[in-house]
Amino acid sequence: MCRIGAIKSKVPVHPSKALHLMLPQQEGYDNSGFAMVMQDLYGVFSQYKDKPLLSMACTREGARLVEEYMDKHHFTQLAAWVPVPDKQPNLNIEALPFYIFRNYDYPEFVKEPEAREALLLDTRLALRRMLEETGEGYVYSFWPDVLTLKEIGDPRDIATYFHLWDDNGCLLAKNIIVQCRQNTNYDIVRYAAHPFFLQGYTLCANGENTFFTKNTEFQKSLFRGYIGFESDSQNFLYTLHYVLHELKWPISYYKHVITPLPFSELAQRPDRDVLMTIRQSLAHLEINGPNTIIAGLPDGRMMTCCDSKKLRPVVVGGDGEMVAISSEVCGINEILPNRDTSKDIYPNEREVVVINQDLEVERWKQ
Amino acid sequence: METIKVQDVAVNDLPWRIEYHAERCTRCGSCVASCSFNAIEVVVQRQSMTVSEQNQPSPVRRQLALAIIKQKKDLAYMCRGCGMCERVCPNNAIRPVRNPDDRKALLSRDNGPIKRGGRTNLNAQRTLDSIIVGRISQMTDPALDSVRHTFDIRAPFGRVLSPRELPLTVSGDKLEMAHRTPPVRWIYPLIFSDMSIGALSTRAWEAVALATAYLNEKCNLPVRMSSGEGGMPVKLLESEYLKYFIIQIASGHFGWNRIIKAMPHMVTDPGGILIKIGQGAKPGDGGLLPEAKVAEHVQAIRGVPKATLSSPPNHQGLYSIEESVQKMHLSLNAAFGFRVPVAVKCAASATSVAVYHNLLRDPYKICGGFFIDGIQGGTGAAAEVSLDHTGHPVVSKIRDCYLSAVRQGLQGQIPLYGGGGIGLTGNAAADAFKMICLGANGVFCGKVLIQLLGCIGNEKGRCNACNTGKCPTGICTQDPRLVKRLDVDRGAQKIVDYVLAFDKELRKLMAPIGNSSLPVGRSDALVSTDKAVADKLGIQYVC
Repeated sequence: MCRIGAIKSKVPVHPSKALHLMLPQQEGYDNSGFAMVMQDLYGVFSQYKDKPLLSMACTREGARLVEEYMDKHHFTQLAAWVPVPDKQPNLNIEALPFYIFRNYDYPEFVKEPEAREALLLDTRLALRRMLEETGEGYVYSFWPDVLTLKEIGDPRDIATYFHLWDDNGCLLAKNIIVQCRQNTNYDIVRYAAHPFFLQGYTLCANGENTFFTKNTEFQKSLFRGYIGFESDSQNFLYTLHYVLHELKWPISYYKHVITPLPFSELAQRPDRDVLMTIRQSLAHLEINGPNTIIAGLPDGRMMTCCDSKKLRPVVVGGDGEMVAISSEVCGINEILPNRDTSKDIYPNEREVVVINQDLEVERWKQ
Repeated sequence: METIKVQDVAVNDLPWRIEYHAERCTRCGSCVASCSFNAIEVVVQRQSMTVSEQNQPSPVRRQLALAIIKQKKDLAYMCRGCGMCERVCPNNAIRPVRNPDDRKALLSRDNGPIKRGGRTNLNAQRTLDSIIVGRISQMTDPALDSVRHTFDIRAPFGRVLSPRELPLTVSGDKLEMAHRTPPVRWIYPLIFSDMSIGALSTRAWEAVALATAYLNEKCNLPVRMSSGEGGMPVKLLESEYLKYFIIQIASGHFGWNRIIKAMPHMVTDPGGILIKIGQGAKPGDGGLLPEAKVAEHVQAIRGVPKATLSSPPNHQGLYSIEESVQKMHLSLNAAFGFRVPVAVKCAASATSVAVYHNLLRDPYKICGGFFIDGIQGGTGAAAEVSLDHTGHPVVSKIRDCYLSAVRQGLQGQIPLYGGGGIGLTGNAAADAFKMICLGANGVFCGKVLIQLLGCIGNEKGRCNACNTGKCPTGICTQDPRLVKRLDVDRGAQKIVDYVLAFDKELRKLMAPIGNSSLPVGRSDALVSTDKAVADKLGIQYVC
């Protein structure tokens, strides 16, 4: 069973903080990888917060192909951070030759925000397709102020490899969503590691989605960015994106889509017409199975909720300067030992918890 | 040598032979009285016997005239194997035995095509039995507890809009409905399908209706019952219970005169309307109610004289799907103020996917369900050639329709209901569950209901006499003496008990795959031990 975690802080934090959140939660052979999405970046990227940042891992040929593609499509390179790895012997990491984090400026002729969003998505999809065809690398995100790092191996060794223990001020962010396990149930595919990212939405899931097939069959027709489906947890992200970004519904309706209320409870609600209609039309986006999710939204808010039977745990704790969300409380105890634990929140099966930019916690029952 | 006329029908030409033990027979006459087909009679037979009537053995050969039970050598009065004689015999002296060498199919076409009721006897193969619920939650995720957990077992009946078509507007952090959407009822995924008053005896129909009402009122299971083509009692039309019924309109429009007259007096809307285009047991044929079954009350409900009632194969005046949508769907929707879902039932066919496609593109959004009826569906009366040689299996057809909707991103918009053979082996819940995993929203069944009432017909030629008006169980006849054999309350109770068990069995199947609501389209939960079936349905082959 994987564990998931997230940190939202008023002061930018290093990725090591996320590792300290995750490592105490290790059980058995959970720690088979490391993947994180950082949002609201500081350090080397602080000057380029409004410029899209490409996160990828590739071969030399892959790097050349991407450069050629970006030039051809009028993206101007502004800055790049290429980590110099610490190649100690005996590190448990399946590293690729290059990790590239590069800021670009938009092509001049694309000015409207919506057109830019579409362009960034289409570019990422095109790069992914290109690299997949040649087997030369992986592109994880291409979005302003968002960095994604994923690798296979022991998270401690991966952190050593990328100097994440050094806290050297290069990588800093106010929001980090993290997970330390590869998809051990199936062949290990880098794209199958959470968190997943799409147009500003980041999502990590712990558990199982037994409606994977019906979700996937439906999502494929909803939006061109809903691809891959290497993991049943991608369904959660795509539905989040669909409800908030495509349908533009308020966030409270996400939970109604993935774990709708039973019909008997719906019938008692004053807003039953709306909820019934949603349940009907989005029946194929319902999620079943034991699971918990942590999501990051484009505006920096974070959200967590769990399945309607509460078969997977999640806990939220904070000290006013930082809020952490984690599968198990031991992780939060590690990084926030002095918080008031009586204020920890263990969301119930119908509850949604949202943390806003001021670290205010909003919670409601669906 | 005795002259034999080989054209004469002999008992060994008939599909069932009566095995009679004169030595056990008390001559009570119960078997003869109970045989609704008049297949047996009392005759006096001369027998040569050796008897001993003294205290000491004193065998004497005698010629005796004995009353015995004898089977008639006549196709018009042939034994149907119903076994009523065996049921009533106090001494186990008589029973029907299947005759493997029967020549009935050859000999009984003197008066035209063979007619019968029941199901196909030729294509009763069971695709569903080669499918197993094979994706069980083991370690990676917990199975649910079928007893402790709650399950949401409901299916939509009505036209579902795509998410982008919903009239929802954002007001603050809430969504509001700008205007109403097509009516959708969430019902139990098992519909009691269309058997008319006429095809069934009034009492049998009443038993099914009683069970429906009980399941709704007392068991919180919103099971719907389709009226069949033949109308409904006015009292029921004007009662609160109408909401549990789906009123059927078929090509003969039987009963609709009364329904329309009752409309101003209805106190609630019906559960739905079902336009019957075709039926799986005899696709391309209209309904058929033989004169023998058109009793006085049937004449009254349908507004017809005593005559054989043949519905036309098509709805008159319709020649395309679009036109059907425009004329029939629209007018039936309008008749009930667009408050009642209107669905359509077709016989499964090689063309079902095309019809479903077309309906999905209906711009008025007024088709509220597509019912596909497979070749293993039952009927009260049909030509045997239709029953055995026309039709289409429903399992792959449901799958084809679902997958074609998936390809267009339209799955779920017109709910799919599959029927025809559901519960053929008595295990309706397993059949329903597998159909749902393949893409059906729910299933409908008829034959299993009357079997619960007492029908002893099967797919091996047993009875199949629903068309004769001589149903030995009182279910498919209007003969009051036969109808008396049916205990309405006990019959209704059998159906209720069966559906309650069905519900528990559905949970028993949902729990191990970890689903609390119906796994519509969850084909990954199924595996098949038949490679061809697996390939056709797109599920995993296992061995």
